[in-house]
Amino acid sequence: MTMSDSGQQTVNLQGNHACALGAVAAGCRFYAGYPITPSSEVAERLAKELPKVGGVFLQMEDEIASIAATLGASMGGVKAMTATSGPGFSLKQENLGYGMGAEIPCVVINVMRGGPSTGMPTRPAQGDLMQARWGTHGDHPVIALTPGSVEEIYQQTARAFALSEKLRIPVTVLFDESLGHLVETMALPDVSDYEKTVRKWATGKPENYSPYKADKDGVPPMARPGDGYRVHTSGLTVEESGFPTQKAEKVDPIMKRLLGKIETNNDLIESFEAIDCADADVVIVALGVVGRAARKAVRELRAEGVKVGLFRPITLWPFPTKSFRKLTGKAKHFVVAEMNAGQMILEIGAAKVDKQSVTGLNRFDGVPISPSQIKDSVKEVLGHE
Amino acid sequence: MNKQVAIKAETSKDFEIRDYLRLDQFPHFMCPGCGHGIALRALLWAIHEQGIDKNKLAIVSGIGCSGRVGTYIDANTYHTTHGRPLAFATGLKMARPDLHVVVITGDGDCLAIGGNHLIHAARRNLDITCLMLNNEIYGMTGGQVSPTTPHDRYTTTTPAGNVEPVFDASRLAEAAGAGFVGRELTIHLPRLRDLISEGLEYKGFSFIEVMSDCTEINGRKNDLGSSAEMVLGQTRAMRPNEYDNNVVDQPFRPNSMDMGVFVRSDRPEYGATYRAMVDQISKGQKS
Repeated sequence: MTMSDSGQQTVNLQGNHACALGAVAAGCRFYAGYPITPSSEVAERLAKELPKVGGVFLQMEDEIASIAATLGASMGGVKAMTATSGPGFSLKQENLGYGMGAEIPCVVINVMRGGPSTGMPTRPAQGDLMQARWGTHGDHPVIALTPGSVEEIYQQTARAFALSEKLRIPVTVLFDESLGHLVETMALPDVSDYEKTVRKWATGKPENYSPYKADKDGVPPMARPGDGYRVHTSGLTVEESGFPTQKAEKVDPIMKRLLGKIETNNDLIESFEAIDCADADVVIVALGVVGRAARKAVRELRAEGVKVGLFRPITLWPFPTKSFRKLTGKAKHFVVAEMNAGQMILEIGAAKVDKQSVTGLNRFDGVPISPSQIKDSVKEVLGHE
Repeated sequence: MNKQVAIKAETSKDFEIRDYLRLDQFPHFMCPGCGHGIALRALLWAIHEQGIDKNKLAIVSGIGCSGRVGTYIDANTYHTTHGRPLAFATGLKMARPDLHVVVITGDGDCLAIGGNHLIHAARRNLDITCLMLNNEIYGMTGGQVSPTTPHDRYTTTTPAGNVEPVFDASRLAEAAGAGFVGRELTIHLPRLRDLISEGLEYKGFSFIEVMSDCTEINGRKNDLGSSAEMVLGQTRAMRPNEYDNNVVDQPFRPNSMDMGVFVRSDRPEYGATYRAMVDQISKGQKS
């Protein structure tokens, strides 16, 4: 740790290490994981850090065991996390769905690499955006965050814990290999508010408590084992009592509440960066590392007099559609730059208003999209006018 | 090492099963003649004998007939995903060493889809009691072959009889390092209760294989008779393990399993070992 000119403490941190430190700062005291490139440094750093703060680090026998143990620890009342990359993210999907359905907080990190299958383990990609939304079976609520710098990885990992605890939902944090292995100099952001955010615990008499009876915010208080509530948790569809039901009249409201808690708390969940969108003819939509390239493209194009802006979702799921529409209503064109064959573009296609055009700029060869590629794409779109 | 659990001459007379059940969840879903209910009684009785506080009791189960058994226990109950209760329990126990963590699983849940978690839970020797209800079939899904279905047995997926070799679950747990391993029949209720009780008391990973009977599916399909006839058949198929010690050329004994306590070791318990390491790190004795 060194002091910057302004007297603030600064550190040189790799993205994956920032993720580990952000988690500890947010109060994470349990990690279970399995080695996988390019995310292993998250585990390695936590293996070192967690025992220092009395936490538990477990290297489990596989990816599925890692998420299962993470959920188990969380049910015990501890802030818990696991980290992985594409193949491991696939393996975790069923249990991720268990966490969403049974409303068990936890944080899942996915440091994305080229796919499909084993793909390119040491190359960056953004191929898991839709998997983060629809990866597990059945209808389910989802929150996924996509930080775009080492500092943001620290901050958003910490924020993921706060959202997860407050809303009783697993939160996925997606960034790619290039950000995971990028080393940047930064001042550690203050995440004490996130650290203070803990879940709502059940209070009052056990006989009056229903484990899935929600408050107005759509979130039911949770019972901690040992506190005398002795409740049942299940992956089956349950009624408010926590016991299984298949009765339509009971399933319908519980599913609506489960899916609706995201919409109810949208103000808390939503986050994005919008640059120069107000008068832009073209708005670039990009996230993660591509957002950095896009920021440079906007700066250079503006210097050339091109009216261009950037919309960068930090909360990818739920997609900030309302704010996106509000901020980009005057744009004629969208260029969706992403390191996959076209995933976020589907969301932009659904969010755009009638006459706006949507063009994809896609790369899936393991190389990040460059600012000049984005500039060319913007100029090409304008050239077709 | 190999010996049966001695049945206690004196057991507490005040065991009342209703004190440990969620009566509002009855009637239960188990079929007539199913051995799982007897296993449940034995477990609750053993919990009573051990004087375990229900508030500190966590029951973790997976999917299948065994997975639903925990629903009826008045404790902190977790019905998790197929094959994963041991992994879930590992996280829960490491995060909350103050809880008594009991896993209820089945032969499919524990040996097939969850087999990897069994061997690693045994290797770690974390203080979890694992009750594997072995009914030798996938009952919940309608009667498919499982890793413990005996040779020649008819199931819906072995219409010409099973030709796959079987797992000896207890031997598997033993080989993987489980600190305490034992097997019992449901017909031997007091012995089963005492075996579970000893498993609960043991500090480490205790694996208890309960030979259950699936009368409705396994029994009907194979003309094994009534529940009573099935369990009596099990006793004939079993023999005390003393007879078994010289058998070296028959690693899997599908029709002649032994019973009793197979392993009672003093291997270190993983949670305590881990916490001792954390303690040393916090005192700067280790980095």
